[in-house]
Amino acid sequence: MRITRRAEFSASHVCANPAWSAEENRRIYGANSNPHGHGHNYVLEVSVEGDPDPVTGMVFDLRELKEILNREVVEPMDHRFLNREVPPFDQIVPTAENIAAEIWKRIEPCVNRTGVQLSNIRLYETPDLFVDVEAPS
Amino acid sequence: MRQAVRLTRRYRFAASHRLHALALSEEENRRLYGKCNNPYGHGHDYVLEVTVEGPVDESGQVADRTALDRLIQEHVLDRMDHRNLNADLAEFADHVPTTENLASVIEKSLCEHWTLPARLARLRISETDRNAFELEAAP
Repeated sequence: MRITRRAEFSASHVCANPAWSAEENRRIYGANSNPHGHGHNYVLEVSVEGDPDPVTGMVFDLRELKEILNREVVEPMDHRFLNREVPPFDQIVPTAENIAAEIWKRIEPCVNRTGVQLSNIRLYETPDLFVDVEAPS
Repeated sequence: MRQAVRLTRRYRFAASHRLHALALSEEENRRLYGKCNNPYGHGHDYVLEVTVEGPVDESGQVADRTALDRLIQEHVLDRMDHRNLNADLAEFADHVPTTENLASVIEKSLCEHWTLPARLARLRISETDRNAFELEAAP
């Protein structure tokens, strides 16, 4: 069974690779490469998979999941400029794909335990663009 | 770690259609499709989700959004937005434009013209907020 918890954070970013020219960055990232950044209301959905515990009836304690998401994602990223304030995005371009991969890396070790695993994360950059990262099969 | 990454982009178009199967009688069509069979057609604000899947490239992206937008603009929106699906699309000259069939038509057209390194993984179309039609593209 899969359970999903949603969290939100607002952050700004610039998508540009410093190794490439401004023209090249504009060609690849469009307005996302504008140098002073712009913001999004990111919406994160995290799904955890496992069998409900026979005693508690829960796959995962949703309160604990909320605490993990707050500690690992919302507190460090909410109301921040990702490129300047949230490593590794000083080194890695904060596309939705890379932010989702980073979130996966941060929360997977906190979630996975016997019989329970992180199964999917979906990150909405806008209501019309989102990225899914799934557990490797 | 090998991970499947999927990127989904949402598009909108407004179109009209009438559900009427040529092989069925007037009465059978009315019974089967109800109001969707009304003779002059009716419209929806369709929402189309296009999901692509692949490795994240050196730009940190599964797919170039501009290239994807261009593809959808040319092969879906320019053909379907503010159109009558029965009258304006050759594919529906003798096929019922149910949203199931619409999803297949869009999949076929996109596959024929696909230019992105990432593969087309899934299409999902809503006619209204209360329904959705989902098609997983063949791997």
